[in-house]
Amino acid sequence: MAAFWRRWWLVLLLVAVFPLTILLPSSGVINPYLNLVLKYIGINIMLTVSLNLVNGYMGEFSVGHAGFMAIGAYTAAILTVWVFPAGSGAWLFPLALLAGGLAAGVAGLGIAVPSFRTRGDYLAIVTLAFNMIVKSVLENVDAIGGPRGFMGMDKLTSLAWVYVSVILTLYLARNFVFSRFGRGVLSLREDEIAAGLVGVNTRQIKVQTFVLSAALAGVAGGLFAHELQFINPRSFTILKSTDMLLMVYLGGIGSLGGSILGATIFTVVLEGLRTVMQQLGISQEWRLVVAPLLLVLLMIYRPRGIMGLREFRLFVPPEDRARR
Amino acid sequence: MSFLTVSHLSHAFGGLRAVVDFNLELSPGELVAIIGPNGAGKTTIFNLITGVYRPSEGEIIFRERSLVGLQPPRIVGAGIARTFQTIRLFRELSVLDNVRIAWYGRTRYRLPEALLRLPAFTKEEARIRERSLELLEIFGLAPFAETPSRNLPYGQQRRLEIARALATQPALLLLDEPAAGMNPAEIGQLMDLIQRIRREFDVTILLIEHQMRVVMGIAERIKVLDFGQTIAEGTPTEIQHNPRVIEAYLGEEAV
Repeated sequence: MAAFWRRWWLVLLLVAVFPLTILLPSSGVINPYLNLVLKYIGINIMLTVSLNLVNGYMGEFSVGHAGFMAIGAYTAAILTVWVFPAGSGAWLFPLALLAGGLAAGVAGLGIAVPSFRTRGDYLAIVTLAFNMIVKSVLENVDAIGGPRGFMGMDKLTSLAWVYVSVILTLYLARNFVFSRFGRGVLSLREDEIAAGLVGVNTRQIKVQTFVLSAALAGVAGGLFAHELQFINPRSFTILKSTDMLLMVYLGGIGSLGGSILGATIFTVVLEGLRTVMQQLGISQEWRLVVAPLLLVLLMIYRPRGIMGLREFRLFVPPEDRARR
Repeated sequence: MSFLTVSHLSHAFGGLRAVVDFNLELSPGELVAIIGPNGAGKTTIFNLITGVYRPSEGEIIFRERSLVGLQPPRIVGAGIARTFQTIRLFRELSVLDNVRIAWYGRTRYRLPEALLRLPAFTKEEARIRERSLELLEIFGLAPFAETPSRNLPYGQQRRLEIARALATQPALLLLDEPAAGMNPAEIGQLMDLIQRIRREFDVTILLIEHQMRVVMGIAERIKVLDFGQTIAEGTPTEIQHNPRVIEAYLGEEAV
């Protein structure tokens, strides 16, 4: 019996919480503002896990993940607004999210294959350019609103959907990390030449990891689009990518627990700052300075973040836990 | 049938000719040492065999298959593993993970199976774990399985590197100065370990070493390199009395 609980308690707990994600917002126990913040935290956790796979676990440096988010957001939004029959939105929503992830994954493949042919800082430069290209393309395609943006989505992103997406993201990421692929990625980070010389197919694993990361960012983008119900190219600039970088390096590189911490702290602090600045009469524009400034300070003083390369026991599969 | 045949291997870094017309014939089960002063091109030969560099000239045939132009992971897959002159463990990873990574190339489960933790994944992972722990047991490293490898004492890091190389299940093991930095007692243990590996893992060993005690004690055949050229070849006794070797090591005056 004890063994049963030890194995299943987390699953049961997660299932038990699920109805609350529907009931609490609808009954008003969670007010709309808190609901919004919780959803943002969830979406940011997904984005942070996504970027952490590449920048944290693999030790490469992508600075343009907002580009993948944009592709996911636009793909999912176009599907629910133009393709799916009206009124079916809520049921086909997961399909739209998956399509967004898939589209972002394909874009990721296009970036990864050429970038990983060589070692070094190419990825940073290529992803930076990619981010800008995506934004420019979106601005110039008039059919999807150009610089004015794209709208007409129903508010399909509920707390329940975010909850499910976050859990799935964490589950998949954990399984990835604690497999030969995760070990391969970590070995790459430590010593790429030695990794190749113990049989790790370094080029292949880099591409796989990057595609997975891009796909996760794409799904998060789909959720983001159906929360705001309005997206425009300026939502996905390098500033958005900087936010993601900050969440990764704040919470901790190479850590799922760290990703959750980083995303939560960042979201809550930024929301808190909004209120404080309003009270003090400081222009909200200054919030844009906070994230990049924090990122610089973090990279100098605490480059591994709170949980750098450590993990909560909860996220370690039972068979991989250190015996005590 | 020849096991490993290296013929007319040459490699240059810009104008520096690091290896010149190197030839080597290995039979299965042999233990051959390559010695020579610093900069003689010994490690470069290892790097050429394992695909870190592509040779400027020459051919490397391993079990009737050419290795020239193959990427390192493919060469590991063909059955060649190596250790490094300066330790190159995955420092932040646990001792167990260092060894488990070496199973990467021979693991069959694919990414989707890992992401969903399907039975194919679980079964194979359990086997990898078990086999890795067995290997650590043999090397006396099992008690440190969960320790980050950077926390191991130096001598044990060296042993872990050998364990990691063996985890790829090689037929040919290249050891690059395994005794470097070891004290006399550790060197004695290392020699026993190498002999034991030969017997129990059925591997052919090519060894680079400066410690003459190791080379003369366990090698069956020795090749001597100087400035990229092979200057002598023979049994330990022959090498000890070869005037060209003495000259390369001690300088002309001493002869």
